[in-house]
Amino acid sequence: MADISLAPNKPQPDVSLGSGLEVGFSADLGTGTDPAAAVIVTRGARKHYGAIRAVDGVDLAVLPGELFGLIGHNGAGKSTLFKMMLGLIPATAGEIRIGGALVTGANFRAVRRTVGYLPENVVLYDNLTGLETLHFFSRLKGVSPRESGAALERVGLADAAKRRVREYSKGMRQRLGFAQALLGNPRILFLDEPTTGLDPEAIRGFYAILRQLKSEGVTMVITSHILAEIQERVDRLAIMTAGKVQAIGTVQALREQMDLPLRFTVRVAAEDFAAVRAALGHLPVSAIEASGEHVTVHCQREAKMAVIEALARLDGRVLDLTVREPSLEDVFFGFSD
Amino acid sequence: MEISQIATIAGKEFWDRIRNRWVLAVAIIFTAFALVIAYFGAAQQGAVGFRSIEVTIASLVSLVIYLIPLIALVLGFDAIVGERERGSLDLLLSMPITRGELLLGKYLGLAAALTFSTVAGFGLVALVLSAQLDVNALFHYFGFMASSVLLGCAFLSLAVMLSVFAADRTRASGLAIAMWFFFVLVFDLLLLGALVVSGGQWGGEIFPYLLLLNPADVFRILNIFALEDVRTLYGLATVFPPALAKPWLLGLVMLAWIAAPLAIATWRFRK
Repeated sequence: MADISLAPNKPQPDVSLGSGLEVGFSADLGTGTDPAAAVIVTRGARKHYGAIRAVDGVDLAVLPGELFGLIGHNGAGKSTLFKMMLGLIPATAGEIRIGGALVTGANFRAVRRTVGYLPENVVLYDNLTGLETLHFFSRLKGVSPRESGAALERVGLADAAKRRVREYSKGMRQRLGFAQALLGNPRILFLDEPTTGLDPEAIRGFYAILRQLKSEGVTMVITSHILAEIQERVDRLAIMTAGKVQAIGTVQALREQMDLPLRFTVRVAAEDFAAVRAALGHLPVSAIEASGEHVTVHCQREAKMAVIEALARLDGRVLDLTVREPSLEDVFFGFSD
Repeated sequence: MEISQIATIAGKEFWDRIRNRWVLAVAIIFTAFALVIAYFGAAQQGAVGFRSIEVTIASLVSLVIYLIPLIALVLGFDAIVGERERGSLDLLLSMPITRGELLLGKYLGLAAALTFSTVAGFGLVALVLSAQLDVNALFHYFGFMASSVLLGCAFLSLAVMLSVFAADRTRASGLAIAMWFFFVLVFDLLLLGALVVSGGQWGGEIFPYLLLLNPADVFRILNIFALEDVRTLYGLATVFPPALAKPWLLGLVMLAWIAAPLAIATWRFRK
C-alpha cells in the first residue's frame, strides 16, 4: 500500500491532537475552512473500481471539536470515503490525513489510536459478553481493559456487562459498538449511521453523549439517512452525490446557498382568504395556496419581514402563524437533484 | 510487526474454540478413534486387544490422513471471508493492527486450537497405552502425534489462504472440499494413473519428489518410514528413496507447506 505524500516544501503549521500527532496543511481546499487548522483533511481523494468512480476527487477539512455530517443517497460514496478516512481502503489518488499523518502511512498505528469507529450495522462476537468484547478491543487499541467498565456505563450497558452479546437486542449491540468506539478516549470519532436500531430514548441518550464529547473537544464525523435527526446537531455537513461533494457548509449556509423559499402557514377563517391574498399580492411571494383553514405562502428569504408586516396589518384576522425554514431534507434534495 | 496484536487475535480465536467446545469435541473424536483402532484394529483377523504400536500407528495414519485435513479445512475456511461476510472485518482493521498481524493471529489461534485437540486426543490414548509401550514405542507414537500436528497446521494454512481468496463463505467451503478431495483422494490416484498409463516408463524417478507436493503424502511418508515393520504394508510410499526419507527433511517440507500458503495469503490480503 503506497503512501501518497504532500509536496515536501509545503509549510506545515501544527495543531496538536494530544497524541503526539500534528496537523500540517496550509493550502486552501476550497471548502471555506482553513485546512491548516483541520484534524481531518482529504485532498483530491479518489477511489475508482475500474470505470466506477466511487469517490471522485473529494476535498474536505474537518476542524477540531467539530461535529461534521456526511450525507448522500445510497451509493453516493459516503461509506467508501469513510473507509478511506479510516485507512481501510487505499485511495486510488489523492491523500487523506488525520492529525497531519497519512492514514495509510507509517504512522497508521498512532493515527488509529486517536480514532474511534462505529461501523454501520456493527457486528460483534455473539459468544463473548459485553465486557469481554470491550476487553478484546481495548487490548487491540492498547488501552487498559479497566476502561471497559466505564465505557459500558457511559452507554447504559453496565447491567448487561456479563451477558453474552447473542442475548443483546439490536439497540444494545449498537450501544456496545459505540462503547467500543469510545475506548481509549479517542480524539476523533467516525460514526456510520450510529442510531440505526436505537429507540427514541436511546437516540436522545446517544446525542447527549455526543454533546458531552463535543464539549470535551472530540471531533466527530457522522453519516445518517435520518436528516431530521442530524440537521440541528451537526456544525457543518457535506452532501455527496456520485462520489463528489456537491456542497459543504453549515445547514443555514446551505439553505441560503440553495435559496429555497420559506414557507408561511397562516391560519385564518375561510372568509378571510381573500384578505390574505390581497395583503400579500404586491409582495414577491412565489405561491399562495389555500386549504381548509390554512393559507400556505412560499416566499424568498429577503421578503420574510415584509410578509410578516403585511400579515400583522390584517388586525387579528390571522389566528396563527408558523414560519418554516427549508429542512435539511429540502436542501439535500435541492443539491442532489 | 507487533507481537501483542497477534497474541490478542490468536488468544481470542483459541478461547473461542475452547468455549464453544470445538477443541473438546475434536479431542474426543481423536481419542475414540485411536482407542478403537488400538484395541479393535485386528478384529478382522480374529484378535481383539492391543497388539503393537507399529500396527496401531499404521492404522491411525490411514485414519488421520482423511480426518485431520478435513477438520483443519473446516476450521479455517472462513477465517477471513467469514469476518468479511459478517461485516466485522472493517471494525477489526480499523484497529491499530496490520492485515498481516490479523491474518497471522487468526492462523496461530486456530492452529493452537487444532494442536491442543490433537495432542489432547492422541495424548490421552498414549496415557492409556503407556503401560504396554516401551520408550521406543512411545517415541514413535509421539512422532506420529507431532506429524499429525504438522499435517493439521499445513491444511489449516491452506484453508486460511482459501479464506483470503474466496469471495464468500459458500465459495470458500466449496473450495475447501475440493482441496480435500484433491490432496487426500485424487492426487495419489493421478500419480498412480500416470505410472500405470506409462507402464512405469515415465516419471518414475521424479515421483518421490512429486509426493512432496502433497502434505498428506509427506505425512504418510514421515510415519511409514519411521516404522520398519509397516513399510511393506504401503505401496506408493515405499518407492520413496531412503535418501529423501529423513524425518528432519520431511519435517522441513511440512513447515514449507505451512509457510508458503500463509505467505501467499498475507500477500493477497495486503492487496
